[in-house]
Formats: sequence, C-alpha cells, structure tokens
Amino acid sequence: NSKNLSQTWKKMSKILTNCLIASQKPGQVLNIASNLALVRYASTGTPKSAQAQAKVSSEKKPSEKPAESPSFAMNLFRGQMRLDEIFPYPSSLNEEQRDILQSLVDPTAKFFEEKNDSLKNDKLETVPDDIMQGLKDLGAFGLQTPVEHNGLGLNNTQYARLVEIVGSHDLGIGIVLGAHQSIGFKGILLFGNPEQKAKYLPKLATGENVAAFALTEPASGSDAASIKTRAVPSADGKHWTLNGSKIWISNGGFAEVFTVFAKTPVKDEKTGEVKDKVTAFIVERKFGGVKNGPPEKKMGIKCSNTAEVYFEDVKIPAENVLGGIGNGFKVAMNILNAGRFGMAAALSGTMKFSIAKAVEHATNRNQFGKQIIHYGTIQEKLARMAMLQYATESMAYMVSANMDKGSLEFQIEAAISKVFASESAWAVTDEAVQVLGGMGFMRDAGLERVLRDIRIFRIFEGTNDILRLFIALQGMNYAGKHLKELQKKVQSFDLGTILTEGKKRIGRQIGMQNIPSLTEHVPTQLSNSAGLASKAVVDFGQTVESVLVKYGKRVTEEQFVVNRIAQSTIDIFGMFVVLSRAARSINTNSPSGDHEAALANLFCYEASKRLEQNLRDALDGKFVESTKMMSKIAKDLSQNGHTVPAHPLGF
Amino acid sequence: MPLRILVGCKRAIDYAVKVRNHFISETKFNLNNAKIQVKSDFSGVVTEGVKHALNPFDEIAMEEAVRLKEKKLASEVIAVSCGPAQSQDVLRTALALGADKAVHVEVPGKEYETLQPIHVSKILAKLAEQEKVDLIILGKQAIDDDCNQTGQMTAAVLNWPQATFASKLQITDGDKEATCEREIDGGLETIKIKLPAVITADLRLNTPRYATLPNIMKAKKKPLKKISPKDLGVDISPRQEIVRVAEPPKRQGGGKVSSSEELTERIKKLGVV
Repeated sequence: NSKNLSQTWKKMSKILTNCLIASQKPGQVLNIASNLALVRYASTGTPKSAQAQAKVSSEKKPSEKPAESPSFAMNLFRGQMRLDEIFPYPSSLNEEQRDILQSLVDPTAKFFEEKNDSLKNDKLETVPDDIMQGLKDLGAFGLQTPVEHNGLGLNNTQYARLVEIVGSHDLGIGIVLGAHQSIGFKGILLFGNPEQKAKYLPKLATGENVAAFALTEPASGSDAASIKTRAVPSADGKHWTLNGSKIWISNGGFAEVFTVFAKTPVKDEKTGEVKDKVTAFIVERKFGGVKNGPPEKKMGIKCSNTAEVYFEDVKIPAENVLGGIGNGFKVAMNILNAGRFGMAAALSGTMKFSIAKAVEHATNRNQFGKQIIHYGTIQEKLARMAMLQYATESMAYMVSANMDKGSLEFQIEAAISKVFASESAWAVTDEAVQVLGGMGFMRDAGLERVLRDIRIFRIFEGTNDILRLFIALQGMNYAGKHLKELQKKVQSFDLGTILTEGKKRIGRQIGMQNIPSLTEHVPTQLSNSAGLASKAVVDFGQTVESVLVKYGKRVTEEQFVVNRIAQSTIDIFGMFVVLSRAARSINTNSPSGDHEAALANLFCYEASKRLEQNLRDALDGKFVESTKMMSKIAKDLSQNGHTVPAHPLGF
Repeated sequence: MPLRILVGCKRAIDYAVKVRNHFISETKFNLNNAKIQVKSDFSGVVTEGVKHALNPFDEIAMEEAVRLKEKKLASEVIAVSCGPAQSQDVLRTALALGADKAVHVEVPGKEYETLQPIHVSKILAKLAEQEKVDLIILGKQAIDDDCNQTGQMTAAVLNWPQATFASKLQITDGDKEATCEREIDGGLETIKIKLPAVITADLRLNTPRYATLPNIMKAKKKPLKKISPKDLGVDISPRQEIVRVAEPPKRQGGGKVSSSEELTERIKKLGVV
C-alpha cells in the first residue's frame, strides 16, 4: 500500500512539477521588453477598472492573489466552464427600456428605407447634406449620450439594436456615426470629468459638432504605443503644444472635436526619471493649427470621409487632458474595447440583408428545371450564411447585455465578437454574391457595394490579426497567473490543493476526465452539442496548459501556435453562445425554436471538428514543421521581393 | 383665434408589406417579416404578426396640422384613433410628429372587424363637438379598406363644409375660411369653404416629416386618453356582414394570334362578342 502511495505521489509530483514550470514562465511573460506592446494590450483593464486605475498607480504588489474573473472566455484558459455570464442568455432591458427601444426601431428603419440612398452615397463618395442633417435631426448623433446633455441616453443593448438597422442599410453612414460617437467622443463619456462633459457633450449629441478619433499615424497602426505625435507642457502648466500628423481619420475632414493621442513627457514620482507616455487630449479645430488633407479614395464605405489630420503647434488648454496624463494608451484601448460590440451588431444586420438577397434570388431563379434553392450546393451556402449570422447576432447581444449589467471583464468576448462578425460578414456577403451569380457582380443588385463596405471591418479598430493574438495572450496570461498561485500552494504543502489538482491531471493522463455537465442548462434537442461544448472546454484548458509548459515565456513569439489557440477560443465561445440562445428560444416556446436548434447544432458540429484540428496542431510536431516551412517561404520571398520559383517555361 | 384641429389616425397594414410569395409554403415563423395573406377561413386578411403603421394619408393630414401650428394658425392638434389596444402605437407616432394630445377610442378586436366609416364618422363628430374643434383633417382613405367615406360622412353628421382630396390648403380671412385646391378627375379644382370644416388629405398636400428619436421619447410624456364608443354615445354594432374575402383570381396567360381574322374568331369563341 505504501508502495502504491509513493508511486502515486511520484506521478503526482512529476505532473505538478510540470505545472510549476508552466506557472513560472508565464509570470515572466509580463517582463519581456520585446513584445511589450502586445503584452500591454494583454494587460489592459476595462472601462470601470481603467477609470479606477487612471487614478491609482499601476504598480502591482508581488504578493497579490490573482483576481477571479467572471468572464467565460478568461476561465476557458483555465479549463473551467464559468457560466454566470452565458447561461441563461442574458437580457438587460427592463420593461421601460424595451418599450422605448421598440418605439425607436421603426422610425429609424423608415429613415434609412425611404430617405437614405446607399448606392447614391457610394457613387457620390459623400453623405449628401440633407441626409446628414436628417440624421442629426433624427437624433442619431447622440444615441448613448445622457439625456441631460441632449442625447437619447440609450444603453449598449438599445444602441446595438439601432446600429443593427444602420448596418443593414448603409455601412458607410454607420462609420460616419460610429467614428463620431462610438470612438470619436466616447472617451469623454468614459473618462471625461463633469466640466468636460458639460462643455462638449451637448453640441456633440445634436451633431452640431462632429467628433473624430485620432490615434493612427503613418508609422504606427497596430503598434499604437509607438506613436510620434507629441505634446509638450508649457512652463506655467496652463497649456500643451501639440505637433504631429495622423492618418486615416474617419470624419477627419470636417470634425470639430478630436480625441487625440500624443506622447507626453511624464516624470516618474519615485525615480524622478522622465519618460514619454501616451496622453489623450480633447482637441478643438478652433484651437488653431489643425488642418486636414483631402478625402482618401477607398474600396468601400466611400461616403464616409477619411482624411489625414495635421497638428501644428496647436495650443491645448491643460483642462483638456482626458483621463489623466500618461494614461492615453489605456484610454485608447478602453474606447476601442467599449465599441466593439457595436460592430458585431451592425454586421449582424448587414448579414441579414445579404442573406435576404440570396434567398430571394435562390427562390426565384430557375435553372435546369428547378428553383436553385432545391440544389444541395445552394442549400449549403444559405445554411452556412444563416448559421454565421445567428452566431454573430447572438454574440453581439450577449456582450452588450453583459456590458449593461456591469460586467468589468468583457474584453476577450468583445474582441471575439469583432473578429467573428467581420470575418462572417465577409464570407456571408461573398457567398451571397456567388448565389446571385452574374447579377451579384452588378452594382444595381446592391451586393457588391456591401461587400466592398465590409472589407475594412477586418482591418480597423484593431486588426483581426492583432485581436487574435490579444485574445490568446490575455487568456494565457490569466491562466498563467493562476498556475503561479497553484505553484505557491504546492510549495507551501497545501495538501488539499495538491490532491485535487494532482487527481485532475492524473485523470486527464489516463483519459478519465471530469467533464463538467452542461445538460441541465439545455433542452434535449441540444444535448449532443452541449456535450461537445463542455468537452471542448476541458480539451482546450489542457492544451493551453501544455502549450505553456512546452514554450514558457517564448509563447508570445510563437504566433503560429498562438493563432490556433485564438481560433479555438473563438470557436468555443461561439458554441456556448449559440447553445445559450437556442436554449432560451426553445424553453420559451419561440416559433423559431426548431430552426435555431438546427443552426446551433450545425455550428457546434463544425466548430468541434475545427477545434480538434486546431488543438492538435497547437502541440503537434508536424504542425511545427509546417510552420518552419512557412517561415522559410516568407524569408525567401522577402529576399526576392516577389515570388521565387523559376518560371515553368524557364523565362 | 388660432384653430383647434382634430386629426384622424388609423393603424393600417404598412404600405411596404408584400403579398405572400406562393412558392414558399405556410410558414410558422410569426416574425414581423410576415406578408399579406388571406385567412384560411376567407373571413379576412391575416393581421396578426404583420407590420402595421400610421395610414400614409393620415401622416399627410398630421403633417398639415403640425405645419398650421408652426405657422401659429393653430393652437392645438388632437390625434384620434379608433381601434384595438395596438392603435396606441400610431397615436404615439402622431404625438412624436407634433400632436399635443391623443385620444384612443378603444374598439376591441372582434368589434373592430366590423367597424366601418359610418361608425367612425359619428365618433369623430362627437369628439369634435366635445373638444370644440374648428378643423378636422383626415386622410382621404385608408390603404387597407380604401373606403374613402369617413371624411365625407363626418362632414355630413356635423353638417360642416368639406373639402376632400385636398392638395393645397390655405387658411384665409382670419380663421373663418379655407381655400382648398382639390384633385378631381378632370384636374384641379379650387374651392373656398367656411370653417369649421372637414378636409381630407390627398397625396400631394405635403411631404410628411420623419419622427425624430428625441421627439418619440418626449411623446411618451404627452397625454393619451382612452375612452370607449359608448362614452360618446355611439353605437358600433355591425351594419355589414363580411361574406367572403379572397385573393383576385390568378392572371391567366395570354395568347398570340397571327391575323385579325383569327383574333375575331377567338373573341367570338370566348363569347365576349
């Protein structure tokens, strides 16, 4: 018996040693200078916590226990299924808010159906004055601004519902409005002091002044912390002088109020060292020195103005610092984070439009003696389109509801929804064009404009590539902190923890995992998919731990692997989201319950197949070999300047 | 003395709702995407789950009333709707467009199916008297039944002058007269009528404004009174029995003929000549 015990203990300690190794390395991840920007991304807090952090020093005490997060996505990385924010499908509107929203939906839709002409806007590459004024009169410029500041005071879910309407009609206008209120002056809403709010919000909400978000520079896109625009304080501290140039600023051609991000010299209180840190400023065009370039010619969202903005010795009053000196990066990341759900909502509306066009065509177009909807090829396309739209919509309204309910940690879910929405919208509209055949390619069918408008959504507001890395690294950072905590408990001979954690890992090794059950949360129609989803959580957690063990601190450089983790996170979140929504519909006897079950089950089936592949690749030597091939190929390309192979004809 | 105006607001199926595409079979998805179709018992058209809105001609009537108020020629605009509980939606719209207060004359579902202009005209007449109204502006007809009777009947009940199919309206001689341009079969006719009077709005009278979202939210605070036809002493028992409602017969294909002789023969065969 004692022999068995010592063998078991040997096994457990071996497994736990691996955990210790894994737990140490991620802890060091935070100290690497090279991937600092990415890691900074990963360590950014969320709006409310950011406001708190803006006032308190960001110095972290070494003995602090890692915080528990209620976020579903975060806990996935620990192999845990935390359902508070997912089941049941959250709703955040009370009776009155629902009533108000319902009364706003039709009038908003009516304006876009009857007055706005999206094809005309695309052709003119501008928004006609009467439409712009109509939008201002409609109240569309201050949807989330508090009522006391001339706004409509809508919460995130109400905003999402209206933005969905805009998205289904005219994404160009969507960007004009979004650049203004979702990022342009969002900083004032999130970080402004009462004086700043009272001064700026009233005219912004009515659209008398239009706002813009000025972060990106020619040499600083994804690497936002590297911006060169600078603001230096005056000797008397009463104003700052701003110099620099920004590119691709939506509304840049006519905005009156800019949220500008610039490097400012900041003195460290303790060391006396002066370092450059990013600070956010509210800059008015009328301060003087603000100029803009001509409108950029773009692939899509043509009616939205995009321009370079130059700041030459612009004098900014000291009271226009936004969110505190040196906190600009956090302000920027929080603004973008807070707006991401809106994109998912808008694009779910866009997809509805594309799908309606495709279905209309498929049910009317007759080839080879039948309406083409009778053919499997078309059915697969339409079904996938419907499935992607359903998942996007479910994500958008889940994130918005959780934000409304006061969730502080939604940055991974928000990022997932942006990535998923933008890629789905592109795929859906592309397939819609395909279903329409030649007609889809023609301007008057109205689809090619939508496709061109959609393309930018994978690029701006955080490229999907960066967001994928963010999703995975944020999660692994969280997992790593908890592994570190585990390490401490082992070292202090916390037997309870040792036995539990040891048992868990041995269980995994011998194939007897304790898979948490989802069945009590879902109706029988969804049981199989629920099983796939809960197994995915365990497999994912295991893979993450093994990846951390294998690579340690180097994991931030292993983008090939990190991307598999990221894609898996997105797929798992998607599975849970559609299950939650379908479960609610079935449980409330919605007439579309059966259809939703089909969508959810299809999504889970396909996602689980992708997961199997991605999680395997993340640890597979063969995959690593293939990535080495990719790196070599890329290197050869960079040396050659273009494709490398000699021509098959020899010349 | 600025005028007090009563505007009729009917909740009718939205003009943009399409007729059911017959390829797709009976759908159970009772979402707002529902199209127009005849009920399976041929007693009427399905209204449940179908998108409704303020009757377009009533929107035009509302716009005209609000413009008169903006010109300071009117002091109060009262919106009225007769129908089931959902009629309050169009009254909220009317309030958002600029009405000062609204009256909902509640007529529950079953009775509403047989409510006709003869009843509505009496209701409007009674309300006009109670509210001491100087001008009643109605849409020329509702787009669901196309009756084109309520305005004319209301004027008759009140024994007021009427100017129907108005495409231009001017209040003249203080507030005692109105000059109206009417669209008639032969063209345009201009008449002068004494107030109080009933006007019915035609398409070209004006272009209605869009309700702004802030006004929609403010409209929630404006007064909306609910009464029943009984409160006005109006009897709404049915005067008609609906026998059958059906779709128009499917259009039959035509045919080509090669000569005028063949044409004559074919027409004779059809028994038309």
